[in-house]
Amino acid sequence: MTQAFDRHILFLPQTNGDAYTLGPLQSGPPCCVPEPLIRVKDLSVHYGDHPALEHVTLDIYKGCITALIGPSGCGKTSFLCALNRLTDLISGCRVEGGIRIGIQDVLDPRLDVPALRREVGMIFQKPNPFSLSIRRNIEMPLKEHGMRKRAELDETVERVLIDVGLWAEVKDRLDRSALALSGGQQQRLCIARALALEPAVLLMDEPCSALDPLSSGVVEDLIGRLRGRYTVVIVTHNLAQARRIANYAAFFWLHERVGTLIEFGQCRQIFEAPAHGLTAAYVNGAKG
Amino acid sequence: MSEAASLAVSRDRTLDRLMGLAVYASALLVAGTFLWLLGDLLWHGAGRLSWSFLVSVPTNAGRAGGIGPILVSTLLILGVAVAAAVPLGLATAVLLAEFLERRSLFGRFVGLSLDVLAGVPSIVFGLFGNAFFCIFLGLGFSILSGGLTLACMALPILIRTAEASLRAVPDDWRLGCAALGLSRAAALRHVLLPAASSGLMAGLMLGIGRAMAETAALIFTSGYVDRMPSSLLDSGRALSLHIYDLSMNVAGGDANAYASALVLIGLLILINGTSLWLAERWLNQRILTL
Repeated sequence: MTQAFDRHILFLPQTNGDAYTLGPLQSGPPCCVPEPLIRVKDLSVHYGDHPALEHVTLDIYKGCITALIGPSGCGKTSFLCALNRLTDLISGCRVEGGIRIGIQDVLDPRLDVPALRREVGMIFQKPNPFSLSIRRNIEMPLKEHGMRKRAELDETVERVLIDVGLWAEVKDRLDRSALALSGGQQQRLCIARALALEPAVLLMDEPCSALDPLSSGVVEDLIGRLRGRYTVVIVTHNLAQARRIANYAAFFWLHERVGTLIEFGQCRQIFEAPAHGLTAAYVNGAKG
Repeated sequence: MSEAASLAVSRDRTLDRLMGLAVYASALLVAGTFLWLLGDLLWHGAGRLSWSFLVSVPTNAGRAGGIGPILVSTLLILGVAVAAAVPLGLATAVLLAEFLERRSLFGRFVGLSLDVLAGVPSIVFGLFGNAFFCIFLGLGFSILSGGLTLACMALPILIRTAEASLRAVPDDWRLGCAALGLSRAAALRHVLLPAASSGLMAGLMLGIGRAMAETAALIFTSGYVDRMPSSLLDSGRALSLHIYDLSMNVAGGDANAYASALVLIGLLILINGTSLWLAERWLNQRILTL
């Protein structure tokens, strides 16, 4: 892969990307020697006076897919948004505790937030391609982050569209509106757009839940293929999906109207031998 | 079906039909008013309309001759108003919609001021323009004073519609832009403003419409002089003022007043249509080629 962006804030230059492992992986077993990339310590997120999430401590491993599961409103999305500082956009939102990604303290007030967000991409529940052409959807953020050369831009557009399996479908209509694509294609375009910025981490907030089952399957396969190259944190309400694609799972629950982390572990352990009674009840469908 | 139920159904159907009739009648009434007005103007004014009417100078206090200088003055006043109002209005709308909290004190204050300004009668704007632009700033009775006064008048409506159209852009895109590490300026330039462009254009049209039709505010600011203006600091008579003058102060000026009104309406339709067409084309072009 070409290194288009010379500025990285998450890694020291020489260590960038070294520990990534590629290769086919099955659900359950760890994909690599667990090396924490994101370290979350005692994280709390408050909206105004109301805490949405409290005291979450958890490591997210490099190159792995970590699924966040749990009922609605238990703070999974707040957790996700804290990781790329999207919480800054919500008025009255306060984040406390510690988040480190690579060598970077995410909650540092002096942090270059756009640079962080380039390296920590995010995919939303509802596909949100801009009302630009397919090509411009990918090019525009690249240009804004300083990629200027036509050849480099074209190469990147093609590469990421191939990566998400969209190239064959759209290569003849790159200059048509991205809004004319189907829901599943739009979501894959959004993933391509995020991948174009060469992120280290991808945050996904229920990326399949607004799609029909077929497109959902295609996107899910794609997420599975990201394993190893990217560190993926995915919120999902689809337990079967979490079980199929995730290496690790974190189970959140609402405790007295405040979200907390109940249990974190390897996906297989969470689903087959949960340590906590609540987890067992949730994954077996008895609760939540 | 029981008798009561079938009665209820037929009553519902009658209601539905009545409602259909009512909405159609209202729409026809509105369209009819416009057509009547247009028809009346065409009936009385079309005979006078010709190329020479558009380009020649008025003679005999406007009873004869054309509206050349007046047309030029009108377009110049309009140009000044648009040039002043658009950047100011857009910037304020961006501030209100994108940077300030909806309930922030400053935002509410600006909003309140705008709503009050929107309701201020044009004659008050005229007096303000006269005191501020003509006298205080020393611009005198001039096209510049008139244009700037009209800009003040058009600003509230321009800002409010621009703000509303920016607010109507889905938050998904704002989040999407932020999540891609785009600056606010980039998000505005590439995504938010283009998405709001048809609304922005509509606001501009409403503003221009108000400015074109304005008479009272111009009496005190751009003046009455019907000569061809030689600079922006010259006095110039706007079309609406010309119509007012011909129909109220000049006996026997009715025919030319009708023709001028026809030109004014034609101009409005032309500007409206062009800008909507431009907005559409611009949007398409951004999607297609850029």
